[in-house]
Amino acid sequence: MKVTMTVNGKSMSGEAEGRTLLSSFLREELGLTGTHVGCDTSQCGACTVHVDGRQVKACTMFAAEAEGTDVTTIEGMANADGSLNTIQQAFQDYHGLQCGFCTPGMVMAASSLLEQNPKPSETEIREHLHGNICRCTGYHNIVKAIMAASGQDVPAVAAE
Amino acid sequence: MPKDGIGASTKRREDVRFLTGTGRYTDDINLGKQLYVHFLRADVAHARINGIDTSAAEGMPGVVRIFTAKDFEGVGGLPCGWQVTDKHGQPMQEPKHPIIAEGKIRHVGEIVAAVVAETLDQARDAAEAIMPDLEELPAVVDMKEAVREGATKVHDDLTSNLCYDWGFVEENKAAVDEAFEKAAHVTTLELVNNRLVANPMEPRVAVGDYAAHSDESTLYTTSQNPHVIRLLMGAFVLGIPEHKLRVVAPDVGGGFGTKIFHYAEEAFCTFAAKQLRRPVKWTSTRSEAFISDAHGRDHVSKIQIALDADNNFTALRTDTYANMGAYLSTFAPSVPTWLHGVLMAGNYRTPLIYVNVKAVFTNTVPVDAYRGAGRPEATYQLERCIDKCARELGVDPAELRRQNFITPDQFPYATPVAVEYDTGNYHATLDKALELADVAGFEARAEESKRTGKLRGLGIANYIEACGIAPSNLVGQLGARAGLYESATVRVNATGGVVVMTGSHSHGQGHETTFPQVIADMIGIDASQVEIVHGDTANTPMGMGTYGSRSLAVGGSAMFRAAEKVINKAKKIAAHLMEASEGDIELKDGQFTVAGTDKSVAWGDVTLAAYVPHNYPLDQIEPGLEETAFYDPANFTYPSGTYICEVEVDEGTGQVEVLSFTAADDFGNVVNPMIVEGQVHGGVAQGIGQALLENCAYDADGQLLSATYMDYAMPRAADLPMITVDHSCQTPCTHNPLGVKGCGEAGAIGAPPALVNAVLDALNRNGHAVDHIDMPLSPARVWSAMNA
Amino acid sequence: MYNFEFVKPSSVDEAVAALKDEDAQPLSGGQTLIPTLKQRLNQPSRLVSLLGIADLVGLSESGGEMTIKGATNHATVAAEAASSFPGLAALAGKIGDPAVRNRGTIGGSIANNDPSACYPAAAMACQATIVTNTREIAADDFFEGMFATALDEGEIVTAVRFPVPEASNYQKFEQPASRFPLTGVFVAKYADRVGVGVTGASNDGVFRWKEAEEALASNFSPDAISGLTVPADDMISDLHGSAEYRAHLVKVLTGRGVAAC
Repeated sequence: MKVTMTVNGKSMSGEAEGRTLLSSFLREELGLTGTHVGCDTSQCGACTVHVDGRQVKACTMFAAEAEGTDVTTIEGMANADGSLNTIQQAFQDYHGLQCGFCTPGMVMAASSLLEQNPKPSETEIREHLHGNICRCTGYHNIVKAIMAASGQDVPAVAAE
Repeated sequence: MPKDGIGASTKRREDVRFLTGTGRYTDDINLGKQLYVHFLRADVAHARINGIDTSAAEGMPGVVRIFTAKDFEGVGGLPCGWQVTDKHGQPMQEPKHPIIAEGKIRHVGEIVAAVVAETLDQARDAAEAIMPDLEELPAVVDMKEAVREGATKVHDDLTSNLCYDWGFVEENKAAVDEAFEKAAHVTTLELVNNRLVANPMEPRVAVGDYAAHSDESTLYTTSQNPHVIRLLMGAFVLGIPEHKLRVVAPDVGGGFGTKIFHYAEEAFCTFAAKQLRRPVKWTSTRSEAFISDAHGRDHVSKIQIALDADNNFTALRTDTYANMGAYLSTFAPSVPTWLHGVLMAGNYRTPLIYVNVKAVFTNTVPVDAYRGAGRPEATYQLERCIDKCARELGVDPAELRRQNFITPDQFPYATPVAVEYDTGNYHATLDKALELADVAGFEARAEESKRTGKLRGLGIANYIEACGIAPSNLVGQLGARAGLYESATVRVNATGGVVVMTGSHSHGQGHETTFPQVIADMIGIDASQVEIVHGDTANTPMGMGTYGSRSLAVGGSAMFRAAEKVINKAKKIAAHLMEASEGDIELKDGQFTVAGTDKSVAWGDVTLAAYVPHNYPLDQIEPGLEETAFYDPANFTYPSGTYICEVEVDEGTGQVEVLSFTAADDFGNVVNPMIVEGQVHGGVAQGIGQALLENCAYDADGQLLSATYMDYAMPRAADLPMITVDHSCQTPCTHNPLGVKGCGEAGAIGAPPALVNAVLDALNRNGHAVDHIDMPLSPARVWSAMNA
Repeated sequence: MYNFEFVKPSSVDEAVAALKDEDAQPLSGGQTLIPTLKQRLNQPSRLVSLLGIADLVGLSESGGEMTIKGATNHATVAAEAASSFPGLAALAGKIGDPAVRNRGTIGGSIANNDPSACYPAAAMACQATIVTNTREIAADDFFEGMFATALDEGEIVTAVRFPVPEASNYQKFEQPASRFPLTGVFVAKYADRVGVGVTGASNDGVFRWKEAEEALASNFSPDAISGLTVPADDMISDLHGSAEYRAHLVKVLTGRGVAAC
């Protein structure tokens, strides 16, 4: 079947079977490989995208379910001039990524959090990242980056 | 000094592509006319294969070809890169490790057949129609059962399931035993170092390609060391010479050891692409990763420490069973021996040490190096046992450690287990950690916890590790079948920019940022003028890759040496241009000057002269400015540190909460503090994961119980505290040009004993006399221990 | 996964008609179903999405009862029930993670009856009514053991109706890996009774701990259950905890839930 959705502000169409996941559709049909797939039990969150403004796991939703929706992926997050947006810039400034594989999902989750809760506490940030697994950073610098992106003081940790 | 030179927390340039979704990971690579392979994997742990009927599957839609073991008759097995010699001087038992199971299935997840089809779904559909005729055999899972007389054999052609029985140092054994007889006190501890799955967030991927016009094979793979894969796969498995084989490891989403090894899927895709004349792609699912990525750790140990009447350690002995799984993965035999036994001295002066290791085959996934590899196993035994010892003697665990430390004036220090620590200051990191963790204020905090009904505890652990692996001549004597140098080519372009082609590989460590910092510092140019190329055998010199915290210590040193050669040549050119003596030329801030004069010439003028040699000493040197160096270290490096963990235990449920974690490390010199701290955060998180959450468990039939994230507990954001890190205690490495030691594994080595010690402290100081709990300290285990 | 036909009707009647096909299955948020399909443990011929049915979304409250339509997602419940039924809102706000809560629905959770699902504990404790396209079923009669319910083939959960308690609390003790409840206890206090619903613990799926309900009805304090024991016989024993441990948790969590009410 043909599936059409708005992706990062542009109307895009592609072929999908019933079983085609949104993650596969984005990666393989539309060539948007920034959305990553890190597990098959809906836990790691590397595939997190926004559908109609809400964060979802693109690996746990069918492409057909996204028909007619407005989808935002990591490729659509930078500023119009191509520069890093506030959250992306904070991830770079605070070394909130290492291998980069979970990073698209982290940025999408963080952006969703800050839309709902512009000044989250450290605990709220950690809770919000419940469905996003990072194996590299110990989350330390991800939490700091999100704190910074929200315009709050970054928690001071001794000896830094 | 340039602003992004050595010591600057330069932001990572690679982040931009990762943050915008423009990274290029192996699964992002799709080649024209690409086919997909689905592997039919064993769902039983041990069985004889009487036949495989693929006839129904062959006719299914989209199926191009189905491969079984018979298609690999002329192909080698996956090689093992290290041969351990046992305590009788005999080589280890080394079974063949086939690409596809031959005759027998030996672990759940082993490849039984491979279906190549036009689409992945078609391949998977067809795989369900393959009918293997299997005769199930009893599974061998428990190591001690496996080596019992008459146990079922994993490999029929071996004499037993014992891979090797290693004694180190065998000549010391009698003296060690004698010291135990004379001891005033002996502490004994039996413990398990739990089996883990490395779980880089990017699952493994392999894409094989073949170009008929040049007879060249290319493998794109998620590897930490593409040259090693090219050598192993080309020379030992497929018989392809290096000049006809290219291995590319592009952006790689984490490794942690498990992407060092050469895997069957890599060889399969390369082989099948050539057979079928079309690219063949495999992308692991996470579920497949659990049963096909090499696992880590899985040691069962008994350790004993002997002390004299003044609480000095007089001897130490340990017995370990180390699980190899069903086959020997690439570096598996070295992990429990040369990366574990030689570290048993730890930070201490213990004069007599004997280590025994029995490596055992079982019907489980092969076990190999995982972040720390052997050193966490040594550290965990030692630091847990010392803690138990302190409790038995009623002395302060920090002070018992301090009393037995190797003192700063004793370096270089030769341990009784064959290594020489070049530098260190264990007192300094201990003091720093005690201060940062506010240990002095602990008692007051413990009282506060009591008021809220929680049990608070504090745990300390020291660690020492051997990184920067390693002198090739030494590891050669120890059984390595490879050299362990690193390489770099420094190419200076005509307009002064620099490209460094390194044999190291970055999969999160940030080489693209830190390596230029070193070059920028040496030449005095901006780091943005330096580009790092890595991960492709076609455009990097033969190198051994990234693992064992070796990139900067070995790869960075190779780059340093190559850059020195470049600078020396550039000085010759500068001398010519300034009509001065070469010996008087100095390079600083990108300017060549003549000592004692005001003459100068810019870096860019010299590099231009090298490529436009109109005014050039052609009679003395060649044009161009490009040099290669291979650096083979003289010794390991020995990072060390002290870690302190503070926890609260919920008495009602056994739940452990990590309240604070402090890491005081000595990494020698530090190039990029931000990146070093990030490495420690990640290592500590994995160490906390091992101690608290992660458990790769098999049942008695060899079925993996923790086969997905539904049962294998990964650390999440809310499980971890902010981590206090310090690297101000610096005793630079004495034998590499950068004075660096390596920081990638420290956290994973030091964290588990610190955390377990903290939980046991919480229990024991609150009336629960518990000697030990095996990791992971799940709520159920802690509750059971409290209520035994 | 195996292929199937995907349909997205806009009314309950259309959905019911689409589900008449043999091997057709309803698809709600899919947060449990899709991972199952990926493992090829389920082979529907057709998936009938319920998320396009406007009638199936929303919360309303009247006469001391809260009605939550079947396709209402967890995030919506967490937000919209927060003031009137905070215990249930908190439960919904802790299911899975934010992404899962944006897709997963109460109807899907109730209909699937995963032994570690959260909503069934509240439904049992509150003696909720499960409303389907054909009938109303009392929670006690609805849940029939692990993954088993009173639903007939093709029957759709259109709403769940909860009598709103005076006070309630959900204690979720997470299994370390899946973060589903290893044991979860929902305590609901009404003027005339107390409900205690337990999930995650039993081989028989969600259950009411009736001894505790009786003891708490006359004395709503953690002390009331201190003398009770939960038999371990029917409890789940696995990698993450023994039957005895789960039985112990039921009691500890019930006490904490009462204290938090």
